[in-house]
Amino acid sequence: MTRYFSEDHEWIEVEGDLGTVGITDYAQGQLGDITFVELPAEGSTVGKGDSVSVVDSVKAASDVYTPVSGTVTEVNGALADTPELVNTEADTGGWLFRVTLSDAAELGGLMDEAAYKSYVESL
Amino acid sequence: MSEYPVTPDEDEAEDLAPLTLPLDAWHQTQGGRMVEFAGYMMPVQYEGIMAEHLWTRENAGLFDVSHMGQLLVSGEGVEAALETALPIDLSTLKLGTVRYSLLLDDEGGILDDLMVARWPGGLYVVVNGATKWDDIGTLRELLPDDVTLNHLDDRALLALQGPKAFAALERHASGEYPLSALTFMKGGQFTLGGVDAWISRSGYTGEDGFEISIPADDVEAVAQLLCGEPEVKPIGLGARDSLRLEAGLPLYGHDLSPETSAVDADLKFAINKRRRTEGGFPGSDRVIRDFADGTARRRIGLTLEGRMAAREGAKVFNNDQEVGIVTSGGFSPSLQHPIAMAYVDAALVAEGTALTIEMRGKRLDAKVAAMPFVPHRYHR
Repeated sequence: MTRYFSEDHEWIEVEGDLGTVGITDYAQGQLGDITFVELPAEGSTVGKGDSVSVVDSVKAASDVYTPVSGTVTEVNGALADTPELVNTEADTGGWLFRVTLSDAAELGGLMDEAAYKSYVESL
Repeated sequence: MSEYPVTPDEDEAEDLAPLTLPLDAWHQTQGGRMVEFAGYMMPVQYEGIMAEHLWTRENAGLFDVSHMGQLLVSGEGVEAALETALPIDLSTLKLGTVRYSLLLDDEGGILDDLMVARWPGGLYVVVNGATKWDDIGTLRELLPDDVTLNHLDDRALLALQGPKAFAALERHASGEYPLSALTFMKGGQFTLGGVDAWISRSGYTGEDGFEISIPADDVEAVAQLLCGEPEVKPIGLGARDSLRLEAGLPLYGHDLSPETSAVDADLKFAINKRRRTEGGFPGSDRVIRDFADGTARRRIGLTLEGRMAAREGAKVFNNDQEVGIVTSGGFSPSLQHPIAMAYVDAALVAEGTALTIEMRGKRLDAKVAAMPFVPHRYHR
């Protein structure tokens, strides 16, 4: 399993052609207390960079962009009642959706963990 | 204290980098996340909006509102002069009493909402930070030359809010009479940790609490003193906004603007009784007409189903007909569901009326709700 990061602060963990997408711990810290997560429809086709999900905090609503193209196979149902999982477990239990990749080459444009870390430090 | 004019040129003001408040360094030491608001760098949050909100509802929160404009209007004929500028009845405003009022334009549109208190040496007025320069200009035009308008820009303003605010403040406040003598919307001169302070029992959260005007040079010592009390934590702008929304209190620039009037904003109480009949203030013809005829729309509260919040600018529908617009909205930390303020057709303001709100292509179910959403707990 390999984890990649986008400049928009999403992470995607890839195993074979299946990716699991979430927002980074840095992103949840910036957004603050998350009160609602709008998720894409299962079975929907998404294109890299599309706004597919919205994370609502007490303060404001923020778009989540899919870092890869593909088909959404599953969404994190636990977020309906406990959206705060995105705050407390951004890297793990607070994942948003799973997607089958239609173009694995898109991963090449993403950062690895070390590169993302220095990207955040530069902000 | 500096006498007007102190306004930077308007164009210049827009180009200037944000100003810092007297407590700027202290906020950063406390872990405040600083953002620009009303031309100042201000703390939006410290530990998190939800925690700060709930702390204030259960304990006491300290807010730095030094960006607001503190004015003192005084001089020969000040009573009559200020009544030509505001719809307030000063004949019923006793010494040490605070009252909410509005600054209106000639068409009755709201230029600002403000507080007026009677001090021994004049009338003390607190206006919003984002509008203070314009307000000073407007008031100077409306007031005759022999009335003096001082901008008390060497003073800071703190708010201590919450059910334990009294207990925390009482340990440090002394004066001619005890702090307990103050009830809601009363104020007086006290000494707070050796610092001369004007303290009023008022605020913007719906809780019991106090607003404290002190010299800017002393504000850090006073903030430190109050936050040393176990009941008190510093609270940022984020929770200030969610607290006032739950309390049903409008925010200027969002729920109030020159396009809203006292009657459609549901602020009839801000037009004092005698002034409704006598008029003689900017926009009074419109205000008197609105009192008689009503208005086409009204500011109301909405509670939403589900967890998705409606935000400012969202359209409100009655079936397929667009009937209004959301002016403030968010998730209520105390109620754990979204709430909003909106202006809707006056025929649809009855409590319980079912409406929908359009957000990101979806229709959210909402019901007209009485405000405040969370009951006020003022010490009357």
